[in-house]
Order: sequence, then C-alpha cells, then structure tokens
Amino acid sequence: MYSEQFQKSLKAVEAAREANIAFEPQRMTAQQKEELLASYHPDYKKDEFTELLIGPNKGDKVPHELAETLQAHSRIKAEDVDLANPDYDVDVLIIGGGGAGSSAAIEAHNSGASVMIVTKLRIGDANTMMAEGGIQAADKPNDSPAIHFVDAFGGGHFAAKRELLRKLVCDAPEAIQWLSNLGVEFDKDAQGNMITTHGGGTSRKRMHAAKDYSGAEIMRTLRDEVINRGIPVVDFTSAIELILDSNGNAAGAVLMNMETKELLVARAKTVIIATGGAGRMHYQGFPTSNHYGATADGLVLGYRAGAKLLYAETLQYHPTGAAFPEQIFGALVTEKVRSLGAKLVNEKGEVFMHPLETRDVAAASIIRECSDRDNGIDTGSGKGVWLDTPMIEKIGGEGTIEKRIPAMMRMFEKYGIDIRKEPILVYPTLHYQNGGLDITEDCMTTGVENLYVAGEAVGGIHGRNRLMGNSLLDIIVFGRSAGRNAAEKSKSVELSDLTLEHIAKFEKEIEEAGICTDVVSPKLLPKYTREV
Amino acid sequence: MENMVNVFLFGKKYSVPDNLTIMRAMEYAGYELVRGCGCRNGFCGACATIYRIKGDKELKACLACQTKVEDNMYVATLPFFPLVKEVYDIEKIATTEQVMMQLYPEIYACIGCNACTKACTQGLNVMQYIAYAQRGDFESCAEESFDCVMCGVCSSRCPAGISHPQVAMLARRINGKYLAPGCQHLEDRVKEIKDGTFTELIEALMQKPVEEMKELYNTRDIEK
Repeated sequence: MYSEQFQKSLKAVEAAREANIAFEPQRMTAQQKEELLASYHPDYKKDEFTELLIGPNKGDKVPHELAETLQAHSRIKAEDVDLANPDYDVDVLIIGGGGAGSSAAIEAHNSGASVMIVTKLRIGDANTMMAEGGIQAADKPNDSPAIHFVDAFGGGHFAAKRELLRKLVCDAPEAIQWLSNLGVEFDKDAQGNMITTHGGGTSRKRMHAAKDYSGAEIMRTLRDEVINRGIPVVDFTSAIELILDSNGNAAGAVLMNMETKELLVARAKTVIIATGGAGRMHYQGFPTSNHYGATADGLVLGYRAGAKLLYAETLQYHPTGAAFPEQIFGALVTEKVRSLGAKLVNEKGEVFMHPLETRDVAAASIIRECSDRDNGIDTGSGKGVWLDTPMIEKIGGEGTIEKRIPAMMRMFEKYGIDIRKEPILVYPTLHYQNGGLDITEDCMTTGVENLYVAGEAVGGIHGRNRLMGNSLLDIIVFGRSAGRNAAEKSKSVELSDLTLEHIAKFEKEIEEAGICTDVVSPKLLPKYTREV
Repeated sequence: MENMVNVFLFGKKYSVPDNLTIMRAMEYAGYELVRGCGCRNGFCGACATIYRIKGDKELKACLACQTKVEDNMYVATLPFFPLVKEVYDIEKIATTEQVMMQLYPEIYACIGCNACTKACTQGLNVMQYIAYAQRGDFESCAEESFDCVMCGVCSSRCPAGISHPQVAMLARRINGKYLAPGCQHLEDRVKEIKDGTFTELIEALMQKPVEEMKELYNTRDIEK
C-alpha cells in the first residue's frame, strides 16, 4: 500500500493502464540514443573521471573511486611474508568463489589439476547469486549465434573484442547444456522446450531462466558440485597481492584471513582472477544491486602486477533498481519484469519509452524523465518512475507473476506492496562493471603470463555496455575456458623463485608520480559502519 | 527527526532509527560485518536471524537484510549453521527415494512438528517438501523448495536433525538432470555448432567493418 503522497500519480497510472498495454512505443533511432546517452548517462559525465598517473593504463580515465583504489598502497610489504614456505601449493589457484570461479574449478578439476578456491566471504557470495532474469543462448530454430553476435556487438556500442564475443555466442548453447547436465532447472514447457523471452536489445527471444532465481539456481548447483568433488574452498580469506616468479609470471597470491588477519601464502603454477564486479565502490554515489564484496579487488591485484585494463571507464547502471521503499533502495528489479510486459510509466501515467531498449539507453531515459523533464515521482529518498507490474497479470493471465517472478513478488510483499495489483517505483542502480582486465581468447591477461581472468573482472567481452543475460553466460563460458586452459598450462610450468618485488616497484611509481594517498587496496569490503 | 526504537543486539541495547533493516541497524550501532552479510538483497541466506519481540513468546526467524527493526526486538544472528551436506556423484546417482534413504535417512525420522515451516525465512512449506523427498517425488520437492536460500534456520529448529536445504538441493539436481524432459532444440544447436554450420556466418562478422556492422544492427529484424 502506498501512502497518500503517491495516490494522485497512482490513479493516473491505473486510469491509463489499458491504453498503455495496447500502446506500442517506438524504439529510438541510433542518433536519438546517442544524444540521450551523451546528455544523461553517468559514463558521459566528464568531471566524474580521473586520469591514471601510473601503471599499464597510464593516461586513461577511470572513475575517481577506481583511480583511488588502483593507485593506492599495498596492504603489505614483501618482508611481511615468507614465500619460501607456502601454506598452500596447487596447480591452479582460483581467486573468487562466484559463478566464474566455481565453473573454472570444476573444469580445472576435470582436467586433472590440483585446484583450490580462495574467497573472501563464502562460496556463492557473489553477483551470480543475485542475477535474476536469465541467461542468453541462441538455441531456438529462428535464432543463431550470428544473430546473438550482432545483438551483443551493437548493444555494446561496437566495442567488444570480436574474438571474445565469438567465443561467448558460439559456446553459449553448450554452456546451457552443461548446466542442465549438472542439474540446473531451467524453465521448460511440457515437451522440454526452453521457455525464452526477450531482454533489452535482443532481436530473438533467447533469455533462458529459472523463474527469477536464475543466478541463484546456477550458483547453488555449481557450489554443490564443487563440494561434491572435494575441491578445497578456503573461505573468509581474501587474496591481497599476487605473487610473481622471477620471470614475472603469476605464481600464486598472498592471502589474508578476513577475521584473524593472518597472512598466508598460496603458491600456484597458474592463477585465475574471478573476483567479480565493483558495485560496492558506489561510483558517482549510486546505490548498487551488487553483493557486499563487489569492490574491484581483482582489478587492483592484476593492475599492480602489470596487467592491463580495458574499458574500465564504462559501468552499467541497471535501469530498474528499487527506488521505494528505502529499505531496498538500489536492489535489483529484474529486467524480466519488462520482458513479461510491464512498461515504464511517468508521474502523469505516460509510457515514455520502449521498455526493451538496451540498459544504458533505458537508464539514461529514466534519468532524463526524473531530471530535465521533471516527470519523476518523489519517493522521499529521490525521484523514480513507475514500472507498471499489474500489466503482466493482464497480459499473461492471473498467476503469471507468482510463477515467473516470485522473488520480486516476495521482495515487495515484505513491505506491504502487492506487485500484482500495484506498480513499483524504480530508478537506475549501479549494476555491472563492463570493463576489466584485458584478456586474449584463452582467458590469459595480456600483461602477465600464467594469469587468467574470468567473469565480471574481464573487460572487452561485451564492449561498453552489456545485454541482459550475457553476464550469467560469460561467467560460465569464460569460467570453464579459464579453468581448462589454466589447468592445461600448469602442466608445463616450471616455477622459479617467488617474489613480491612488484610491490616496491609500484610503490616507487606512486612516489615518482607525486601521488599522496593513505588509501590501501584492495578495498575488500565497503565501509558502512556508522562512526560512533 | 528520525523515530528511534530500542533493539537488543545479542542482548545489548541500542537505540536505532525505526526505518532501518536489522542489518543496517547493526551497522548503525557500530558493527563492522564480515560474517552474516552476503548479497544484502535476500538471495544468499548469509544473514539468517532469530528474534523475539519482548513480551511475545514466539521466536521468529528472518533475513536481517530484508526485515525492518521493531521496538524491543531481541536479535541473534545465525551467520553459520552446521548443515550436513553429503557428497555424491551426480553422474552415478539413483533417481528414486533410494538415494534419500542412502544419503539423508534422517528425513524418515521427521516427527511432523512443522517447526521448519514456521521458521522458514522465505515462507516456504518446508515440511511438505521433505514429505515429497521421503516418497521420492523429487519434481514436487524441487518446485516446493525452489525459492530456498539455504539459510539453515529450518535445520536449527529441527528435532530430527534434518538438513532440509541440502535434501532439497539434491532433489532439485536430480529433477533438473534426470526427471525434467530433455531439450531437443538445445541438443540440435550444440551439434550444429560443432559441425560448423555457423562458422562461415560468424567469420564474416569478424571481418566486417564497423560501419557495416552498424547498418546490420540498426536494420535488424526484431521478433515480436
């Protein structure tokens, strides 16, 4: 139930509902989209970015908050640890226990390598767990990997590394098959056909889902499989610095127990960074849909050791974060709500855009509606627009919401809002790190030998924006590939002496560039504790 | 001015604004969370919490990230609970109730007290899905348990020592892999890709100048 302040606008939304359902809004032209993004998308706000003064991307601009953590001090000095007596010694060390790390672990294990996962919270505490809407794969007769390629390449502003995107779309159906064989329960009809829908910017209905717990269903299955295989998972332990060998190749990591702060050494023949995203950096002060540990750690680890970043200046603001009630401010409202037919409606009850534009365009459009056009609804903690969820029941029949998006229904129900009967208020929320570490097709970084990357920590798979459902896909495709390749490579690696010399070298660069900072990184967790 | 309420975190009294979730209230009180905090959005089950409102006999359970504080709320978080997770090879597993008798025989010791259902932070009918598991109806068990976040509160209340979330996990995997109908169009597509059906099309896209890719994208046909 909404209080009095919302009632006038709500009545307008209700009155226009039938007409709005029937109304087919036009999609924007390429030029309209460009102009909209340039004026309203946060990535285009020049004063929110800083030029990097040191490291492999010297001269590039990244968000202030990322620059600060990339150009910060290490948490340790080389002499703090004894590299000669490692606490763990494995073929493949995987940093991060989300979807990418778990997929990598399973495949590395299949390849016969000794493999270990280290994760700063628990296995499964990851953005994968929170992905709601679905996973793309071109497996329907009217679709093809080539059509998927065009959708993703255009949606990413023609900036994706094509060899990475080729791999993403061509390996997609097999990724779905692999998950299905592990026991992931995709939504199917009685004949076994996948029930698929559109996402923003898709030209075919290729979004596979497991209700609106798609990521959770995938993550808990992968986690179960990792445990079944007896793969060691060292939890509540963060990687805080990569270890190199005397040839400059990746050779392990310094680990820190998150509770006791004990330092540990893990030696490995190959290392996979699968640390995920950065929503908890709260770029430009945005709320986020990300999990508690999304603090760009992998980017910091890789960058300090000499790995290059690609498109680190591009972030994805998911158009529909919850804008009300404030307890769930910024939480994800899955794009699937729009896939199922709900439209975005302004204060006056007008549909102001096609609901399935790409995410960057949709976010910019909502920001415009709430700023210059002044058609937003005051939520008490900012502005928002309506997402008219009751349309779904009218289009798909009663019961559609409970069946297809139960998590959304539950999330709002806890605050007395029945999304089957009442619309919800949304505003963009920081959702995804489009950029990340630059890799070649085999998932190895371009700067550091034997250092692999998979998942959200990679840059370049999607370009400068990502389509819904291509991230759950990339963690599986690139996670599996990184696991296989790192395991294979480990067979021929002869480690020389381990070193942490790069810490002092980076420290010297900080000094020479005249950077004065007392920040240490990686950040590990955001600081939400009130100063008392 | 914010309205303040008194909450008792592990028995100690703090005054916090009444619009906060339990998780935010802990941070407001000065806690720096490492355990008991994961997705902060109701999906990961890290922040299982048990509480009682002063004067009320009933113990309630919730997720700390999804629940607003109340006045005189006594809060104990349950950041870890020792669930029993049996290991198995998904490739070599029985798909009948035999597997439950073998791996989780304690489910047959359920006394029907329904404490699990009453405690579920997701409002699931936990006892019912265990009943389905007992008789090998894994499809129903999977459906009934689907929204489980594996927080473990149900198991903490179970006199029979059942690890409900792990039982359901097994049922869902069996259902997903073996019992749900197979998908022909998926198998066909995987084979087509292996056979190189799309190689030429994709390789043409790899070479195409960006201007032509833009034209292709902007004029593509979109399925209704």
